[in-house]
Amino acid sequence: MLVLTAVLGLFVLLYAINGWDKRGRHFHPLFQFQLLGINGAFLTGDLFNLFVFFEILLIASYGLMVHGGGALRVRAGVQYVVMNLVGSSVFLIAVGLIYSVTGTLNMADLALRVPEVAAGDRALLHTGALLLLLVFAVKAALVPVQFWLPGTYANAPAPVAALFAIMTKVGAYSIIRMYTLVFGDGAGEVGALAGEWLVPAALVTLVLGMLGVLAARSLGQMVSFAVVGSMGTLLVAVGMFSPKAMSAALYYLLHSTLAAGALFLIVDLVTQRRGKHADTFSLAPRFIHGGLIAGVFFVGAIAMTGMPPLSGFLGKLLILDAIRDGAVAVWVWGLVLSTSLIAIIGFARGGSTLFWKSTSVEGVLPAERRGGDALPFVSVGMLLGMLVLLTVFAGPVTVYLEETSMQLFAPSGYINAVLGSGGMR
Amino acid sequence: MLSMEFIVASTIAMLTAAGIYLVLRARTFPVVLGLALITYAVNVFLFAMGRLAVNLPPVIRSDAAGYADPLPQALVLTAIVISFGMTAVIVVMALRAWLESGNDHVDIEQPGSEGEQ
Repeated sequence: MLVLTAVLGLFVLLYAINGWDKRGRHFHPLFQFQLLGINGAFLTGDLFNLFVFFEILLIASYGLMVHGGGALRVRAGVQYVVMNLVGSSVFLIAVGLIYSVTGTLNMADLALRVPEVAAGDRALLHTGALLLLLVFAVKAALVPVQFWLPGTYANAPAPVAALFAIMTKVGAYSIIRMYTLVFGDGAGEVGALAGEWLVPAALVTLVLGMLGVLAARSLGQMVSFAVVGSMGTLLVAVGMFSPKAMSAALYYLLHSTLAAGALFLIVDLVTQRRGKHADTFSLAPRFIHGGLIAGVFFVGAIAMTGMPPLSGFLGKLLILDAIRDGAVAVWVWGLVLSTSLIAIIGFARGGSTLFWKSTSVEGVLPAERRGGDALPFVSVGMLLGMLVLLTVFAGPVTVYLEETSMQLFAPSGYINAVLGSGGMR
Repeated sequence: MLSMEFIVASTIAMLTAAGIYLVLRARTFPVVLGLALITYAVNVFLFAMGRLAVNLPPVIRSDAAGYADPLPQALVLTAIVISFGMTAVIVVMALRAWLESGNDHVDIEQPGSEGEQ
């Protein structure tokens, strides 16, 4: 996950130094703070530290979100902040509940204490666990609480939106961490409780996201909804809580982060070149670099919708294969496949409106501002290149991820590593 | 007779209820106030999670029978700092949204962006 963050951060930064960072102050410090928060959230072994790192990455993201200004963006930012402040409060309540019944916040220690909680305190523990799931669901844009994402991402500056692509993954990662380690097999009914809620919610998320792709009125919105949909796919696999599904989910996580990041950057390329038409699906004259951008959009869309030959296809294939035997397999197969079709239609519609139909209008839009043109294309190309690499080396990557998920489902190794050394608590 | 637990619990409940009501309002100022109330409620709640104790020393003394749980107090301190900073951030952003768009409604009347909360 750290490598993924670093890779995405590097390319986004490459893109951003080509002009975006000049539009407002303090872009780079905020950017580094955001990376700090994300990395911290991935690394921490303590529930309260997880909260603190969430806050760090959120504070930085508030700043980045309104970077460059504009009335609409600031108002979307206010909604985003309100949403996340409520989320943080719920997080604290959940932390308090869990602490009150277990007396510890260290994740490894929690994993040992949770099964020993007295029967009378079980209800409190369940409430805490489900509230925690709700908070991570807010971060991961799961269905009852997904509505903040399209508005935020579509209005955020493009490089920031691309970086935000990994922020939803922080939520998913936290779900994976907490519900395999702390509320895993040993916890009895608590672990099952999470899966029961997660899978249906994820399926609804998937359908809603992909319908959003079809209904979106601008490219930015479309990509945002595609992110919601991909989170749905991801969390369906996570909600299965089996090692095989988990490794598939991790593969899809790698893929969807890179694909979403690349697509957000492409959206910005289009927006810059279309002047007042921005990224809405309206007829407009051709713009410069149209062919090249159309090409990268095509590749990105293929990756996002999960068509062969790119890694999205492999990711979805792995997920479908992993849950072939489950009780909900019919639902998952049906919904994943049909929503893929919807997404393909949506992306095809958007792409053809933007890139093909523009040839029927006379004239070429003049470039608005000139600068180094190569760098954005390099970073987008590199992100897509990473997708290709992910496809080519799918074999070794899957083997590695399978080992990872094996470790996730055998938490005793982690617990011994943390507690055995006597370093913490 | 009212026990201390009852008073604390009902205080948290009232703060949370008032906070949620205010957050659901359409304008930014009540929303900010509501968020502040919710964070206060959360702070008291966290504090109460260490179990309410009377006449127990918070620091080590040789003749102490028991101690008040210090960890929730540390957590509350962190939470207070964070929520204070967050409130400042959202006040600034609300002000800026008001100055730039001329009204202080939380929802956005723009195609595609549904109002939330």
